[in-house]
Amino acid sequence: MSIARISWISGPVLRARAQGPFRLREAVRVGERGLLGEVIRMQGDEIVAQVYEDTTGLHPGVEVTGTGSLLGITLGPALLGRIFDGLLRPLAGASTHHVEPGVRAEVPLEFDFTPRLRPGESILGGAVFGEAVNQSGIRQVCLIPPDAAGEVATIQAAGRYADDLPVCTLRAADGTHRDIAMSHFWPVREPRPVAQWLPSDEPLITGQRVLDSLFPVALGGKAAIPGGFGTGKTMLLEVLAKSCSADVIVYVGCGERGNEMAGVLDEFPRLADPRTGHPLMERTVIIANTSNMPVAAREASIYSAVTVAEYFRDQGLHVALLADSTSRWAEALREVSVRFGELPSEGGYPPYLSSRIAEFYERAAKAKTLAGSTGSVTVLASISPPSGDFSEPVTSHTKRQVRSFWALDVKRAQSRFYPAINPLQSYSEDSLDLGGWWGKIYADLVPDGDAPTNEWSELRRRFLTLLDEQARLERMARIIGKDALPARQQLILFCAELVNEGFLRQSAFSETDRYCGPQRQARIMRSITRFIAAAEVALAKGVSCEAITAMQIVRRLERMGEDIAEDDVQAFADLSLRMESEFADLVALTGAKREA
Amino acid sequence: MRPRLLVTGAATRIDGPLLFLRRTLKVGLNHAVSVQGGDGRVRLGRIAALDDEFLTIELLEASAGLALADTVVCFTLEPLHFGLSPGVLGRVFDGVGRVIDGGPPIAIDRNFRIDGLPLNPVARARPHDFIETGISAVDLMNSLVRGQKLPIFSGGGLPHDRLAVQIANHARLRGAGAQDFAIVFAGIGVPRASADYFRRSFEASGVLERAALFLNLASDSSTQRLLTPRFALTAAEYLAFVEGKHVLVILTDMTNYCEALREVSGAKGDVPGRKGFPGYLYSDLATLYERAGCVHGLPGTLTQLSILTMPSDDIGHPIPDLTGYITEGQIVLSRELDRAGIYPPIGVLPSLSRLMKDGIGKGATYADHPTLSSQLYASYARAVQARVLSSVVGEEGLLDIDRKYLAFGASFEQDLVQQTSARTLEDSMEIGWRLLRGLPKSELARLSDAQIAQYIER
Repeated sequence: MSIARISWISGPVLRARAQGPFRLREAVRVGERGLLGEVIRMQGDEIVAQVYEDTTGLHPGVEVTGTGSLLGITLGPALLGRIFDGLLRPLAGASTHHVEPGVRAEVPLEFDFTPRLRPGESILGGAVFGEAVNQSGIRQVCLIPPDAAGEVATIQAAGRYADDLPVCTLRAADGTHRDIAMSHFWPVREPRPVAQWLPSDEPLITGQRVLDSLFPVALGGKAAIPGGFGTGKTMLLEVLAKSCSADVIVYVGCGERGNEMAGVLDEFPRLADPRTGHPLMERTVIIANTSNMPVAAREASIYSAVTVAEYFRDQGLHVALLADSTSRWAEALREVSVRFGELPSEGGYPPYLSSRIAEFYERAAKAKTLAGSTGSVTVLASISPPSGDFSEPVTSHTKRQVRSFWALDVKRAQSRFYPAINPLQSYSEDSLDLGGWWGKIYADLVPDGDAPTNEWSELRRRFLTLLDEQARLERMARIIGKDALPARQQLILFCAELVNEGFLRQSAFSETDRYCGPQRQARIMRSITRFIAAAEVALAKGVSCEAITAMQIVRRLERMGEDIAEDDVQAFADLSLRMESEFADLVALTGAKREA
Repeated sequence: MRPRLLVTGAATRIDGPLLFLRRTLKVGLNHAVSVQGGDGRVRLGRIAALDDEFLTIELLEASAGLALADTVVCFTLEPLHFGLSPGVLGRVFDGVGRVIDGGPPIAIDRNFRIDGLPLNPVARARPHDFIETGISAVDLMNSLVRGQKLPIFSGGGLPHDRLAVQIANHARLRGAGAQDFAIVFAGIGVPRASADYFRRSFEASGVLERAALFLNLASDSSTQRLLTPRFALTAAEYLAFVEGKHVLVILTDMTNYCEALREVSGAKGDVPGRKGFPGYLYSDLATLYERAGCVHGLPGTLTQLSILTMPSDDIGHPIPDLTGYITEGQIVLSRELDRAGIYPPIGVLPSLSRLMKDGIGKGATYADHPTLSSQLYASYARAVQARVLSSVVGEEGLLDIDRKYLAFGASFEQDLVQQTSARTLEDSMEIGWRLLRGLPKSELARLSDAQIAQYIER
């Protein structure tokens, strides 16, 4: 191990004179407490390092020790169901209420191991060599590190072993041996390799109508959620963590509130995963670097999280990485960059902000893993733009990287209209690839004689056009007054409001509505579409706009989400019949009046 | 006594708040120092950077009057600490924790580092105890819970002080007495009149004996303002997590704190960010605001009610903007309502309480509380929209339904937001239901059929 001595220190940045070789991005330990740091620059015999913990008390002369490896984390069966700091050190089990800087004693965990290979078998990196059962009884595969390969020399029989002890030895082609444990080390800034990138034609189902039906994200896709403060970013991410269709959730609270983390930790062990019935916590890994924890570690936490996500992907699982918030990460980047005296670029951010954002989002993908299975990492990340201004650097750079953009809107949030996603500013490029998947969902419903081919794409287009039209007409109404609009346009405004209330709004607190499956989304979408079509016909037959807006059925349509349970097909059929008869009555009544 | 080392004549340069010294001792980063000039005044500071030869001291008080030759620096070999005991209650301190009420110094039980350490998220307990403040716009619409940090976003000339005093005096758990809370008040760069107002109000309501006041007046050193909230929060954490009290912290005015931070960072030569504030304003504010909450296994809680005045009433200004990203919501005061003579002038739409959902509803307040508040929000937002429309095209250009909303909006402000005395939550809810009865049933999409039958049609 190389040693260096501090020659200058200020805040989280230090310079040290090295006695021996250091590598760029090598992890270092500083001082008696062994504070974790990373070498970020070298010049002559001097290294510059950033320290991920509180540097109070350090002074020139203090020893900096190289660890010999790049900044990295240990990946293994001990991750699921637990909470870690930004550098993946467990937060639970500490003896004090505070996060103390320095090395924490980590208790090694033991797991039941079952080998899947026999001595003499040849194996490549990333392959499965055994299985481990984790603390909540979930069976996980153990992977050979991607950078190892060879012939199995020895492998332990089934039994209980500590996750850091070698259970297998590989003999490489050059005759060297390498010990493999259930857990292995991986540098966080290096993407884990895959066999092949795969295109995605399947959505990540979130259970939120506005997302799945209007702005879907594909498995392995990338979505950004920008919004000013109080627009419900965190709330939306929590909803997604609870209900999205991923196998594993990696939730990284990057520079956010401590109480929010406490909320997640309080709630997730009690809530059941809608798909498996197990506590939600068992499919979740939480990485918490709250806003008052050291800034430099905030920068690293995003990389730790995406590396953990890739590790589960490599096991053939579908992973959702929820990052709250990438703006805090970018700010940490800026803060550290300023300390080095780098020339600031746009908004004070370092010039490499855009490439760092691009690198991060590139790690989201669906892939064939080295072990031959299919897995994916879907990134859903929030952005906190200053003053809610989407033209700022982080939002605009992110916009070029993501395929789904879910813009949150202050006006909607202020009227407690959640999720406060602005349908006019949001978009989804993935929607083009997902028509086939949704087509099958619609095709499996009770057939609708009038249904267009590509029903989902067509209804989606109609909803979006209607909402667009609403914005245009409202601008006009502001000039000429609402009552001066022709009846047809008043009806358009009314129908758009129905789409908002009945479809886009979804209460996270309603037992029935907190999750809306694809079939129910399709039924709700169809019911509203039928109403709109029938209303247009009625209007053409002379029914007044007021009479349509006063229909009993309207309230039923507005409350479908909360009133009709997930698989209550009959209720939708009844609703449809009721709608037809109400319209028939209305048209008949109008006809009678006219004759009279 | 803590180790102290005196060094004389080592100063080589003074540059604004920075004092450069030859390094003759082994001292560490962030350690506290006190610097005495030839004028006899003692100034607090901390070590901001060190290299082999020199060390840099960041002075937290005015550097005027210092000279290189006769400056005496006293090193404490540890970060700045504050000695505390239960005796802090009922006392008045200056901005750096020195007693200024003429009484004897407080006895010291233990010393605490004023920067605190981040609470481990695992140790935090989720805040969920509903606090009744007696104010409808808060209790019914933006409920406060114990352990929350909920700032008041105000503007110059708005009655934020009065509102804060009112909340401090009335805050209680439902059914409990008002004796529930200990108060820690930090006046950060506040005018003397405003500090006196708080002191007198607390005295009049008998709160003073369970309050600790930290006063950095507008005339005091501006750099000291960086320390005032830290001393106050250290005292508050001690009272909450060592003494087991429920503590309500009022920090006013956080805008002055941020201005001071800008001043110091500018003098240090930091790269300025938005509006000249340093890029680390968010992280710095977080180290204050995050010092609130509840801890597993400890009886006390720390609730923060900070006041900040938005420069030119601009909620997008970096100070309120970054605050809003850290705190658990905000109570926004509206100049428009204030001008209309409505007190408290709480702008309900931009206000928010993020922890409300954990403190209300079945088992906490009433099962119908969340829906009622949500429906009131929806209807009031629609009313405000109608008002904008009517201001352009006139009331005649509106549809019938929009005119009903106009009336709803007016009575919402007059009857619910405005109040002359404290209301119970039950009273506030009753007013809420009454207001909703003024709208057609078909407009109440957020209420269930059962709620309509029970509260609207009766």
